[in-house]
Amino acid sequence: MKSLWNRLSVGGKLCLVVIAAYFLCAAWGGIRSARARWADATPSYNVVDENARYQPPSAEHWMGTDNLGRDVSARLVQGAWISFQVGIGTSLIAIPLGVLLGLLGGYFGGKVDSIVVWLCATVASMPGLLFILAISLIAGKGILGILLGIGLTTWVGVCRTIRAEVMKHRDRAYVQAARVLGYSHLRIMFRHILPNVAHLILIQFSIRFPGSVSTEVFISFLGIGVQGEPSWGVMINNARLRLWQGIWWEMTAVTCAIFILVLVFNHLADELRDILDPALRNERN
Amino acid sequence: MLRYIVRRLLELIPTTIGILVLTFVLFNVVGGSSAEVVLGKNATKASIEAFNKRYGYDKPLIVNTKSGESFFDSQFFHFVANVAKGEFGVSTEHREPVLDVLKRGVGPSLSLTVPMLVGGTLLGLSLALGCAALRGSAFDRSVLVMSTVLMSVNYVVWVLAGQFFLAFKMRLFPVWGYESAFYIVLPAMIGVLSSLGVDIRFFRTAVLDEIYKPYVRTARAKGLSRTKILVKHVLRNSLIPIITFISLSIPYLFTGSLLLETFFGIPGLGSVSLNAINSADLAVVRAVVLLGALLYQVVNLVTDLAYAALDPRVRLG
Repeated sequence: MKSLWNRLSVGGKLCLVVIAAYFLCAAWGGIRSARARWADATPSYNVVDENARYQPPSAEHWMGTDNLGRDVSARLVQGAWISFQVGIGTSLIAIPLGVLLGLLGGYFGGKVDSIVVWLCATVASMPGLLFILAISLIAGKGILGILLGIGLTTWVGVCRTIRAEVMKHRDRAYVQAARVLGYSHLRIMFRHILPNVAHLILIQFSIRFPGSVSTEVFISFLGIGVQGEPSWGVMINNARLRLWQGIWWEMTAVTCAIFILVLVFNHLADELRDILDPALRNERN
Repeated sequence: MLRYIVRRLLELIPTTIGILVLTFVLFNVVGGSSAEVVLGKNATKASIEAFNKRYGYDKPLIVNTKSGESFFDSQFFHFVANVAKGEFGVSTEHREPVLDVLKRGVGPSLSLTVPMLVGGTLLGLSLALGCAALRGSAFDRSVLVMSTVLMSVNYVVWVLAGQFFLAFKMRLFPVWGYESAFYIVLPAMIGVLSSLGVDIRFFRTAVLDEIYKPYVRTARAKGLSRTKILVKHVLRNSLIPIITFISLSIPYLFTGSLLLETFFGIPGLGSVSLNAINSADLAVVRAVVLLGALLYQVVNLVTDLAYAALDPRVRLG
């Protein structure tokens, strides 16, 4: 891991620092809301103050207040917590599923592979966003619906990448040696091949994360996602109407928060791909 | 060639079955009967049962194993038979056959998405060619940085910001409506910009993949100009991944753009679908998902056959 840090450019290191800062905010938001739930109190981001509606940014409210006098910065932190839940949660569904199927298809080939390819082709045919929206709707509006909707549709990319790489490894000498030694297929797949394709998992995670966050914003903006909690999508929808009356701070704050997180992740994904995928490195330079 | 066509057609069967099963499981098994949506929360048990009986929700799910009844008398096979007949049920929102609702939306959707695709491809491809010609230069770098930035702006923000600044504040475009071609301009521009980042990066990689091949060096050695090589040789060869990329977006031309259509009041399939999602009108959502997926199969088939006709390596390999 240390060498990876050293190989990142200054920009890449900066991205990682920004992501760490977001993560700390998100973790703080998570702890805060858990504590509020534990104490059965209204969490600070949902405290309504009728006397402090539509306050522009000030020392007391760094990013102003919204239509119910709720502090925008507190809500933004909670939104970061939801985004990280989505970014990590959907990866916990999509990556194991994609890696497992990719390993099976790439390693065994033949009939097993045909089934994996068939599953990928079927899911890939579904019209993206609408299919995710339908799953979220049917699974029940809320964070679980979003996790299932995004997680169960985006494993295809992971699976295809892993499968293609495993196919290259299948007949390499180290795999043949492991076979001659009589190791089981499972052991060869998970102990021998998987570590050799693990860098792809890291790349896939860094690509998936900003995508999932953006999709969650979209779903929650439409009102099918997170309910009653200040997801960034919910906040945009909330700020949208007041924007026309000149209340700019809520929209600006939430837009910038999403943009910066997604931008640094996209940039980091590019760098990781350049560093970890030697085949691409040669082509690019 | 005939063998290839037959093989490719046979490959359609399992995927189509997969699509039908997936749609059925999601909407009919997990989603279940829409009796409560249609009849309201206060419906009696008897009326729900009557509804389920009328629409076949009381039948077994996948196959019918009851003795004396047809094996195929199940919800799944009725669903497949109805799809084959073009019957997608009745929209609970519009109270009319789903297909009629969808037919109205296709035209407006295409009037938005086709200009978006054409404009986006031309703009993205010319910028990508410029990048490839001047690779490593300040132009190339700034376009690359710009495309990462464009990619990172949330789609929702594109739509809201475009509408707020260009239509509401500056009054350059109509805010809402579908009355003349002019009403399409702003949503189409927003659509192009929101996907431009991804487009440029893809097209640039596709062109750069070709530019280091030996034939380019040969052409240079023969004394051809850089522009001529780029347009006549490199672009032609990089068209294969580019056309695949474009063809994958063709099904989405028909299903339209969810957000743009809703926010700019274009009565296309995108706004129909989003309305259906919001009012839990599952029959409409199911039809759009299913037709979108089947259309994807058709477009894929046509693209593959076109390659096979143009490139013998595909049909023999």
